[in-house]
Amino acid sequence: MSIGHALLGLLETGPRHGYDLKRVYDERFGQDRPLAYGQVYSTLSRLLRNGLVEERGVEAGGGPDRKRYAITDAGVTDVSSWLVTPEKPEIYLQSALYTKVVLALMSGRDAEDVLDAQRRAHLGAMRELTQRKQRGDLADQLICDHALFHLEADLRWLELTTARLADLGKEVMP
Amino acid sequence: MNEPLLRGVDLRKSFGQTPALDGAGMGVAAGEVVAVMGPSGSGKSTLLHCLAGIVPPDGGTVSYGDRDLTAMSDKERSALRRSEFGFVFQFGQLVPELSCIENVALPLRLGGAKRKAAEQAAREWLARLEVDQLADKRPGEVSGGQGQRVAVARALVTRPRVVFADEPTGALDSLNGEQVMRLLTATARETGAAVVLVTHEARVAAYSDREVIVRDGRTREPVVI
Repeated sequence: MSIGHALLGLLETGPRHGYDLKRVYDERFGQDRPLAYGQVYSTLSRLLRNGLVEERGVEAGGGPDRKRYAITDAGVTDVSSWLVTPEKPEIYLQSALYTKVVLALMSGRDAEDVLDAQRRAHLGAMRELTQRKQRGDLADQLICDHALFHLEADLRWLELTTARLADLGKEVMP
Repeated sequence: MNEPLLRGVDLRKSFGQTPALDGAGMGVAAGEVVAVMGPSGSGKSTLLHCLAGIVPPDGGTVSYGDRDLTAMSDKERSALRRSEFGFVFQFGQLVPELSCIENVALPLRLGGAKRKAAEQAAREWLARLEVDQLADKRPGEVSGGQGQRVAVARALVTRPRVVFADEPTGALDSLNGEQVMRLLTATARETGAAVVLVTHEARVAAYSDREVIVRDGRTREPVVI
């Protein structure tokens, strides 16, 4: 999962300092793996270097880490492109997709576009497996079937999430 | 995609006050298998019915080659369906009183073919669908998967240019469903037929060349990255 893009997505809802970003990230996406402080600040340094965020003042009473960061136009473009670039279809659905859906909703983008792009990528992978299965022997067929059933489960999740976007939107709106 | 053989544009259809299609559109080229996917009630079957000329849309156009289906009389559309289109549905499409071979021969007989010639062609198609041993059995005597293969043979026996399949594996288990899809898509590709395949199952859609998503009566275009 691209931590940099997730932080950029969170910054789209308004400037934040590093600690605040970590807190919101952990609350929304870090269920099992909260971000390390070091990772937040090294990621922000890289985003700053690449012109995707800029410094926007320092919070009063803070130490060296109370700088506030804001997303730049280039950062918004980068997030937009990331959101509609499908994740590589893996056997198990990545939390990256959930993160993208939530960030698309939070920023007022069409989250269905995110899900549609992923559906196409998944169906593309399923087509390849289906063709391989038809050419292959029984062992190939069984191996492909295993992957096909897992990808199908992902797609069911995509359909269910599509049907629940309105409810999810209400929950995650800042 | 090559030039579509069949194309629906801005299709609208309501049943009473309930809108089923609200500006849907899609095309399918000769030799292409297109899956129409979407949740229950999204309008995908209505889209198939409009494209096939079974249900006239309230608005929009359906063109088949250089002909406008929406401008045809019922009689003209019916003749077109019989001669150029083939249909596979989920249930109840075989005539229970006729044997499997008579069922497959039926579209040819309705088109005026002699019984012997029609049944010879029907036997060949039953063999292609790997159910020729069932020729003399009645639909009630064969399994669901076998019956569906007979139905596919019947849909293809007239060598249609477009095959419409609405949830063709919906009543079958995984293995039978796969056999039907493998045979349906392979034979349709061999004959160069276009296939419009309505399904809500991703593993069925994976036999297609591409998919069209229908939601709330509209078709969704792919996102351009």
